Order: sequence, then structure tokens, then C-alpha cells
Amino acid sequence: MPDFLLEIGAEEIPDWMIEPGLEDLRAKFQAAFGVFGGSALVTDGTPRRLFLFAENLLHQAPDTQTILPGPSVSAGEKAAEGFARKQGVSISELGKMQDAKGERYVFHQLTQGQSAAQALSGKLPGIIAGVHFPKSMSWTGKGGFRFIRPIRWIAAVLDAQTVSFEVAGVKSGNTTRGHRILGSKEPLPVTVATYMDVLRDNFVIVRAEERKQRIETGLGADVQKDEELLRTLVYLTEFPTAIRGGFDPSYLELPKEILSTVMRHHQRYFTVVRADGSLAPEFVAVTNTNGDPDGLIRQGNERVLRARFNDARFFWQVDQRKKLSARVPDLAKVTFQAKLGSYADKVGRLVPLAAEICKALEHRSKIDASVVQRAIKLCKCDLTTEMVREFTELQGIVGGLYARAQGEGESVAGAIYEHYKPVSMEDTIPRTPEGQVLSIVDKLDTLRECFKIGLIPSGSRDPFALRRAAQGVIKILFESRLPFSLMKRVEGQPALVDFLNERISYYLREIKGYPYDEVSAVMAPEETWLANLADRLDALHDVRPTEDFEPLAASFKRIKNILKQAQVDETGPPDPNLLFPGPEQDLYNSFVRVRESARASSSYREKLTAIASLRPRVDLFFDKILVNDPNPAIRRNRLALLDSLLTEFSTIADFSEIVTQGASGAKV
Amino acid sequence: MDSFQDTIFKLKRYWADRGAVIQEPYDLEVGAGTMAPETFLRVLGPRPYKVAYVQPSRRPADGRYGENPNRLYKHQQLQVILKPTPDDVLDQYLGSLEAIGIDLRKHDIKFEEDNWEAPTLGAWGVGWQVMLDGLEITQFTYFQQCGGMDLDLIPAEITYGLERIAAFLQNVDSVYDIEWAPGVKYADVRLADEEQFSVYNFELANVDRLWRLFSEHEAECAELLAGFAPENRRFPVLAAYDQVLKCSHVFNLLDARGAISVTGRVGIIARVRKLAVGVAEAWVRQQFAVEEAVA
Repeated sequence: MPDFLLEIGAEEIPDWMIEPGLEDLRAKFQAAFGVFGGSALVTDGTPRRLFLFAENLLHQAPDTQTILPGPSVSAGEKAAEGFARKQGVSISELGKMQDAKGERYVFHQLTQGQSAAQALSGKLPGIIAGVHFPKSMSWTGKGGFRFIRPIRWIAAVLDAQTVSFEVAGVKSGNTTRGHRILGSKEPLPVTVATYMDVLRDNFVIVRAEERKQRIETGLGADVQKDEELLRTLVYLTEFPTAIRGGFDPSYLELPKEILSTVMRHHQRYFTVVRADGSLAPEFVAVTNTNGDPDGLIRQGNERVLRARFNDARFFWQVDQRKKLSARVPDLAKVTFQAKLGSYADKVGRLVPLAAEICKALEHRSKIDASVVQRAIKLCKCDLTTEMVREFTELQGIVGGLYARAQGEGESVAGAIYEHYKPVSMEDTIPRTPEGQVLSIVDKLDTLRECFKIGLIPSGSRDPFALRRAAQGVIKILFESRLPFSLMKRVEGQPALVDFLNERISYYLREIKGYPYDEVSAVMAPEETWLANLADRLDALHDVRPTEDFEPLAASFKRIKNILKQAQVDETGPPDPNLLFPGPEQDLYNSFVRVRESARASSSYREKLTAIASLRPRVDLFFDKILVNDPNPAIRRNRLALLDSLLTEFSTIADFSEIVTQGASGAKV
Repeated sequence: MDSFQDTIFKLKRYWADRGAVIQEPYDLEVGAGTMAPETFLRVLGPRPYKVAYVQPSRRPADGRYGENPNRLYKHQQLQVILKPTPDDVLDQYLGSLEAIGIDLRKHDIKFEEDNWEAPTLGAWGVGWQVMLDGLEITQFTYFQQCGGMDLDLIPAEITYGLERIAAFLQNVDSVYDIEWAPGVKYADVRLADEEQFSVYNFELANVDRLWRLFSEHEAECAELLAGFAPENRRFPVLAAYDQVLKCSHVFNLLDARGAISVTGRVGIIARVRKLAVGVAEAWVRQQFAVEEAVA
């Protein structure tokens, strides 16, 4: 059975689009040619080629039979003859079939399966044209073929036979091309069997995994790990070679954040660390060559890095001529958002918001409000510096470094340094309470103001990264356990309340892995602060598997339904004098006891365990007592008892949200 | 070792040998070779064209008073337009590097994604920054749109950063140490420009007058476009485009003076873009209406 090889030869494809492009090619190939079977389907690629290998295809797709319905038998021979003629057969070749309307003539049309070669040459142009890329281009002219970069050759070989077709004016063939510089200048004939070797001889390693290993082998143990950079370099090269270079140790006086941003982000170098964790004056570059025998590439990269470092040093020196505190007025000229004014306006809003939060925290946590206020005043000033203009990804960090260099004190400098953190769900939160509050107010202000002017994320559109901002606030509040209410800060903004609740729920479910119903249950009571929510959730999650809990939750659901149907609003507490001895009186007594012990305990786990212990009493109550007593006073008193029960414990969680076994069958 | 001017001669020769018209720089202030009419207008329409020229490019905000060894208020680009793009364009480009003495087998070349957009020109394209041993030496762009219009033929735009390439070839750390001609340094030729224009651009350019100039050039262009007559081959579309370039340069000066807020920027860009798009459309109608009618 034949093997098939496809190679789309293109000009350099952006590194980050190669894997998704291959994934899409694979899926589309599978969908179109799955009928040919095959024992393996492999895709891989380099910047200049997307490659697909399908093993053991059928020579020919299986024949297919289609049943074409003809006229009813009752319509007579004439009609049947007409039908047969249309199919190009004689009447004797027709079959008969019974259906709802009676017996009818049918024709079993046999379609011969296409040969693999035919099907491939027929369908591949469409498949290649359909591979999705986030930003495609045309190169043959207006309205012409689109792809990620111009296609320059296509190899399509079934065993050793070329599969012929044409895409964007390029005719498929049986040749590939080697490495741009190191490979043969001529097209190289290949078969399925020789493909990898021919390319290897021409300095192309087709498999990404192998390129990755080749880079890793060349890195050395003292190189700082950087998976993202590694992946980028795997897809920027066809024949990667790691080379090591150095720089003058005098540059190490610059902050390591700046040095490593220049090396990793701007130059795509790996950084090298010493045993004590500090930066070594070295770097590792990954070239698309087979070594650097004359050291010219090393020298070139060293010169570029020197220029970059000189720039950074120059920016640092120029920036120190004007302290951050002297830059405060300049923020009036830096726009935050067209409708929301300047960064001076933003800072103006942060001051009272932070003051309010610090006040709320006053007696509950240790926080220095004056540090927060000083940090707020200075935190955006680095936006006016040369350094941040050049290295925008270092905003905040540069401010913190400058604040430290300008004698602002470690707590202020630290808060500024970390105030964009966390930048992702994997990132850590600011370390100090002052830094945490600064980060929260900065993001919260962005959320509040953007929502006010209708900049609300929808679908994939979130240009102001509001989801990330909300997620950052939530992560800080859960992890720092700062005891103040988030929702109080967004009162009167229902859309934002919903948005934040949705992000909280997302965080607890997707990041923390709690079940959906437990999250909904603890989010039902009004929020005090998120750490408290986390405690209740934690306790609920622990107590849930205990024997009494889920049945009790089912009972709560029942209570809720009873109260809803009875349409009682204000019941007040039950009147103990109206209680009947037996299950009703017992439930009440247990309730009062559990209530007292739950109130006395500071542990949600104990509270919930105590509540769960009510289960037998509740069961017995429902078993023996008719809530809808003919006497309205008694009925009312029973509803009051149930309502007290529900209200008392619903501050911890709404137990009726818990999905229980057989809950749907519960009757009122 | 080749001097700066030798390198330029060789690049021009190389592209002349491949059929390009060798033009001289456009004689108005521009921020990039793309803005010269030889690119902006020539990429429009169905007529093939190949051209190469050095374009001094002024970016007032990039000035550093001559103190920074790598940053210049005015740098020089060698701009090549190949319309339509030949299939072997990247091989041709690599050949040009060999032609100026770079032995590619001893160096590391990478094509890294870098898409280009010029909002004031309603133009964008996709392509790469070409990295030579970690140094960005060229911007390579496949134009897709210009003046807000999809292009009939897709041109390749190759923009060489001449100072960087010369510093690389001459193995110097500062642009000012580049040997421009035998015995003459870059600093001898250009340092005074950097010093003086940095002072003017950042400190002395009269903001109020610049705003008036901007409005005047804008009005001049708009007035011309309002009277555009497509059948008149002498109608001065080119003169209207000069006014766009002047607006653009005044805009850059205002920006260097810190007179343009981020909010204001969007509005100004839209004003220049409107003119640029108007000129591009007029140019296409004037130059190609007949060909379209025949086709």
C-alpha cells in the first residue's frame, strides 16, 4: 500500500503560525482522505516547509453504492422503463423495494472508488488553499490565491510517483529544496523513502523535535531555561546551532531585568546564570547555520548586543536627569484612553479609591497607607522615560528600579515594581500588601472606567485586556486574603458586577478545580471578601462527601421550593408555643442547638458539620409532618420554622445549588 | 574595506543590473523611502515597475543630539521596489548581500515576521525583518494595500538600513565612525545635522506656526483634490501629493515637540490619511482609467 508525502515549500512562515497551520492541514487532510485508511498521519515543518506524511493508504477508495428511488410499481412498466433508460440500464437491472407508500422500483448505483492518486490531485489544491492562518497575504495579484507567505514549490509524491496538481501557479513535482544558504542550489528529487535523508544532507532537519534537541544539547547547564524562546527558535531555523558569546562585565551594573529583556525578547538569546543566580556576562544565540568556525557570527551578535546595552545605559543615564517625582506633571500629557483622559486623571482617581480600601483594611490588616499613596503618585511616571519608550514590556519594573535608585525607599519602590503583576494566571502576585493594593486599584479603576463608557469585552474582543485585569484582581484577592469587599467597589455597575462574578466563578472552577455547583452555592450569599468565599468553598468541598450532607442539601432544595410555592415573605421566627411535640418540636430544638454551636464556631467546617447533623431531624420532619396544615396559624408557623432554617444557614452557602443524586425526583 | 558610498554604489549597480530604474532621493522631507512618490504612487495600478533609490529619511523624534551611537534623526534607506514581485525575489535579495561583500556561508541570516503598516498612507503589507548575525539590516514587505486600495500587482519592497549595514561591514560600534568616503567619517558629513536638528526639533520649532503650516498644506491639498479632473493628464495630482508629504513632516515635527496627545494623534493621522487616499485614488483614475477601459 502506498505512502504519500506532501511538502508545501514557502517563503519563511512566521514561527508561531507553523504548529497551528500544520494542525489544520492535518485535520483537513484527514477529513478528505480518511476513506483511504492509512496507518499513520504525520505533519511537521520548518520555516520554509509544511510537511505531511500519510502511511499505507489504500490504492483505491472502496466502491460506494447509492440507492436511487424510482417510480412506484403501481405506476406500470412504462414508468419503470423511463427510469431505467435515465440510468442507462435495462429494466431487468432495476430492483424493487418496499416503503411506506408501497413498492417502488430502485436502482442500485455503484460508484467506483477513486484511486488515491486521482483523489489527491483533485482535492489537494482545495485543502492547501483552505489551511487557516491568522493573517494571510496575496502575491500573485489582486484577488489571487492567499496563503501565509508565497508558495514557491510543492512536492507531492505517492511512493515514487508525482501526484500532479497546481496551486497558485505552482505545479507540484517530486523535488524539494535544501537550506537557503547551506543546501544545494538546485531542486532535489525525492521519494517518500529518501525525503528526510536528502534534506538532512542539505542541512534541513525536518522534525521540530529533533531541532529542539539539537538546540538543547548546545545550550549548557548554566543557561536559563526559556521554553517559549526555545520554541520560537525551533521554528525560526532549519538547521539550528547554538553558539555562545560574551559581553563586557561592566554592563552588569545595569539591572538584570533590562539586560535579560534585551537578550531574551529583543535579541532572542538565552541568558546565562552563575551558580548564585546572578547573570553571567554571556549569552547563547541560536543560528540557522552549521556552526561558526571563524567566530564571525559570534562577533556580529556581540556587537549588536553591545549597541543595545549602550542604548539601555544611555536611556538610564538620560532618565536619571529627571526624577520620577519631577515627572508627575508630565502625566497630564500621556493619554490613558481617549474618553477617559490622561494618566494624571487616572492617578487622580486611584488616590481616593486606594484611601477607601486602606480605610476598610485599617483594623484588619497591616498596611501602610502612606506607602500606597506615594507609590500611586509615582507608579505611572516611568511611562515618560526613554527606557520604557524603548522597552515597553518593562513598564512598572523600570519605575520600581528608578524609584529605588532615587531613594524612594524599598516599600514604595517594590510596590511600583510589581504593580502590573500578575500579568497572567501563572504569574505571582505582588509580595507586599501595599503592592497588592496598588495593583488592585490600578486594575479596578481600568475596569470601572471602561465599563462606564461601554468598553465591555465581548467574545474574543477585549482590546483593553479587561479579562486579564479582572483575573489579576481576583487572583490577588484570593491569594493575599486581603479582607475587603470587592463588590462594594463596583456598586451601581451591574454589568461589571456580573463580569466580576463570572471571572470569580471561572477562577474557582477552571484554575482551582472546584465543581460548578459548589462554586454557585458559596457565591449565592452576599460577598464579604473573597478570602471568606474561599474558606466557605473549601469547607463545603470537605464536608460534601460526608454521609449526611447531600441528603440535607436535597432537603434544603425542598424547603426552598415549599417556601416559594407558599409565597411567604416575612415569616418572622416560629412561635415555640405553636409547635407540636414530636418531629416538629425536635427539629426546632435541634435547629436552635445547631444554630448556637454554628454561630459560636469560627470554622466553616465545624459549622457545616453541625448543620449536616440536622439531617435525621429534617428527614423525620418531612416524613411525619404535613406543612400545609388546615389551620393557617399552624401552617404559617411551620413555614416560619423552615424559613428560619434556610435563612440561618444560607449565609454560608445556598445548599439548594448542590446537585444531588435523585434530586430531581424530590417532591414538595 | 568598502566605504559607505562604495556600498551604496554596489547596491545600486546590483539592482540596475536587474532592470531597476535608479532614481535619486525625493527632494522633500519624508519619514521613509515608502513615502516618496516612486513608491507610494508607483505601486498603484497595473503597470510593472522596478526602481531603486537612496532616500534620506527624517524622523524628528528619533534624534539624540548626536550623542547616541545608533540613533539618528535622519538616516538613509536604500529602497527597492520590484513590481510585480519576481518568484526568486529572496534569492535576488540574498545575492545583493553577497554583492556588497557578505559571505552568507559564514554568517547567520534569518527572516523574522514583521508586518508593516503606515496608517497615514492607508498602506500595509506583510513580510519580515531580515536579521544578519542578530542585526536587523532590512525590512522586506509584500505590499497589500496602498492609499486604502488593494494593489493590482503585489510589489516587493526591500528597504536596506544603510548605516547599520555599513557599520556591520566596517566593524564599527558607532555610526559616526563609519567611513563615508576614504578619509571622511560619517560624523564629518552628518554630525552637525544631528546636533542642530535635534535642538530645533525638540526645543525650538514653533508649535503654533507648525499647526498653521499643517492646516495650510492640508487646505492646499484638499483644494487641489476638490478640483480634480480625471480626463486632464496635466492635472497636478503629484503637486497635491507633495502637500501630503509636507503635512506628514509637520506632523512628525509636532510630535517631536510633544504637541500631539495620543488622543489627538488619531485625529491627525486620519486627516493625513484622508488626503493620501484622495491623492492615490486620483492618481489611479488619471493614469489608469484608459487602460482599464481597454481591458
